[in-house]
Amino acid sequence: MRKFALIALPYTWLVLLFFVPFLIVLKISLSDLALARPPYAPQLDLSAGWQGIKDFFGGLDFENFIWLTTDDLYWKAYLSSLKIAVISTLLTLMVGYPMAYGMAKAPEEWRPAMMMLVILPFSTSFLIRVYSWMGILSTEGYLNQFLLGLGLISEPLMILNTPVAVYIGIVYTYLPFMILPIYAALDKLDGSLLEAAEDLGCSRFTAFWLVTFPLSRSGMIAGCFLVFIPALGEFVIPSLLGGSETLMIGKVLYEEFFNNRDWPVASAVAVVLLLILIIPIVLFQRNQQKEREAGQ
Amino acid sequence: MEQHVFAPWLNPDEKPLIQFKGVTKRFGDFTAIDNQTLDIYAKEFFALLGPSGCGKTTMMRILAGFEQPTEGQILIGGKDMRAIPPNERPVNMMFQSYALFPHLTVWENIAFGLKREGIPKDQLNARVEEMLRLTRLAKFAKRKPHQISGGQRQRVALARSLAKAPKLLLLDEPLGALDKKLRQETQFELMDIQEKTGTTFVIVTHDQEEAMTVASRVAVMDEGRIIQVATPADIYEAPSSVYVADFIGDVNIIQGTALKAGDGYDIAWAEGRAPLHSKREGDGFSPTNGASVALAIRPEKVSISAEQPSGVTNAVKGRIIDIAYLGNLSTYHVELEGGQMIKAQTANTRRLSRRSYTWEDEVWVSWTDTAAVLLEG
Ligand SMILES: Nc1ncnc2c1ncn2[C@@H]1O[C@H](COP(=O)(O)OP(=O)(O)OP(=O)(O)O)[C@@H](O)[C@H]1O
Ligand SMILES: [Mg+2]
Repeated sequence: MRKFALIALPYTWLVLLFFVPFLIVLKISLSDLALARPPYAPQLDLSAGWQGIKDFFGGLDFENFIWLTTDDLYWKAYLSSLKIAVISTLLTLMVGYPMAYGMAKAPEEWRPAMMMLVILPFSTSFLIRVYSWMGILSTEGYLNQFLLGLGLISEPLMILNTPVAVYIGIVYTYLPFMILPIYAALDKLDGSLLEAAEDLGCSRFTAFWLVTFPLSRSGMIAGCFLVFIPALGEFVIPSLLGGSETLMIGKVLYEEFFNNRDWPVASAVAVVLLLILIIPIVLFQRNQQKEREAGQ
Repeated sequence: MEQHVFAPWLNPDEKPLIQFKGVTKRFGDFTAIDNQTLDIYAKEFFALLGPSGCGKTTMMRILAGFEQPTEGQILIGGKDMRAIPPNERPVNMMFQSYALFPHLTVWENIAFGLKREGIPKDQLNARVEEMLRLTRLAKFAKRKPHQISGGQRQRVALARSLAKAPKLLLLDEPLGALDKKLRQETQFELMDIQEKTGTTFVIVTHDQEEAMTVASRVAVMDEGRIIQVATPADIYEAPSSVYVADFIGDVNIIQGTALKAGDGYDIAWAEGRAPLHSKREGDGFSPTNGASVALAIRPEKVSISAEQPSGVTNAVKGRIIDIAYLGNLSTYHVELEGGQMIKAQTANTRRLSRRSYTWEDEVWVSWTDTAAVLLEG
């Protein structure tokens, strides 16, 4: 009974805050656009009794999903989002790993301060931080002024409103999600393993490659998922930094919803995005599970 | 019996393989190793013995190259090791914590060092198989370290350090987690390996019996210092201090003052009792008259009898307080008049019920004038 009470809490949470909203979105995605409030039909009319329920389910169809396949805007947006998410995840890994490694190797007394520095950016609004990147990356921005001042370039670089700016934005924003799990894995690593590797003939570098790197793999995988999953549906960064050329599904979703006010198609886009994300989420869970087993 | 006695430490021409020269190791202001000088010779089976925290592992880590001595010098094969990193030393170490690679299988763990040498694949396979057979791990070759028992892990660690057949092997409590039978078998395996390969072993152990069985010499340590280095027999029969006598095996200690008498000493040990006589002093100890001394006697050298024995130098009357039955042996705890406790050990050649003395009986304990060692007290 107590065990039941314990698991009931997270499950209630999950049902109320994930499953119910998902069902609502799924229902809207199966509806038709209507000039009404809310802007879709059918509505469930319980006062009409059995006939009302029948009408309601009869009004649902897959039209919007079929629509997604007929306009190439959507699958291009999905693919482009996937590409941007994959590349920026790898970039975040490349930037984050050395930072996590440095933290794990730093003297014990410095680590809390370094940890603070990693999570400090969260204390300011995400939106303000992305805006400030606009100030840095624009043609008259600090970066160009700095490079021009050094004489490294003669023409200002076009970075803002290109995919490069999106990569920079994503890497910057999600870096802590990469660093923390890798740091956790490296911190757990038993130092005597490296000594054993050296004792058996490894140089420092091969010891890193044969011991540290594989043993931080689960941290890397966790970090990659934590970056990849939100990056795939990212909306703010591409719309503020990416300009009109950057096609991402989050932006498409936003436009369908607010500009076209086509809630059913927007919902269909969201449902497909969720289905795409389920694969990495399941893989992520599996990675965590495996690590827990190995840790015992 | 061996024809040629192996005792290179007695030969002044012999060059030691390992030399500690005035080595001190401090961690902050804590001194883990205190200005120690020690020579270990090739083909020795050298055992480090001492209580927990006395610096045994630290000695090993200095040798393997994981710690630099704060002061002093380490030489291996006459070569100063200061600038030599662990992977270039002719040394392999078995870690007290095993330090097995959790992401590799047992097989891969054992092969790890061999792979670094780049030896041909078939030789590598053969060597790993041999190690698996030696440590009886063949069945577990494909398992990961977290899928095997503690004793099996210890054997993997042992196999991994043995695999490269180094000149010098450092084993930090290699057999502690094994049951008695397997431990004894592995001890003999180690001695066998040593005989075949001529590897020099330095081994840390908490088990005195193990040190006695395998070691050519034993070093007894305490708080960062080596108190005595000697062969197992000498450590046992001729300890140089009460600490060593007490640490190795069981011992009776009788405190008193020495007085030169004839070819030995008379030791006054209790008011109004006849002095005890002893002809054996500890290494380099010659007490002046009136010096306070400790007489160390092993329990098995103390005889016990119901009647007063005749013709024995030292015989004292007492009362049996306790009898500990150990199967093949019995230990009698005898309280002498005046409160001093003496343990006497005898072989159980007779059934317990046939003994002529038992609890609370008055008995005599006795020992010869060479049974006890006179130590600084
Ligand atoms: N890195 C370190 N920093 C500070 N003190 C240390 C360090 N390593 C060891 N010591 C201290 O040095 C002393 C000797 O440690 P060592 O590990 O050599 O003991 P040991 O004889 O191997 O003990 P055990 O039998 O328990 O393994 C201990 O008091 C220990 O606390
Ligand atoms: Mg130790």
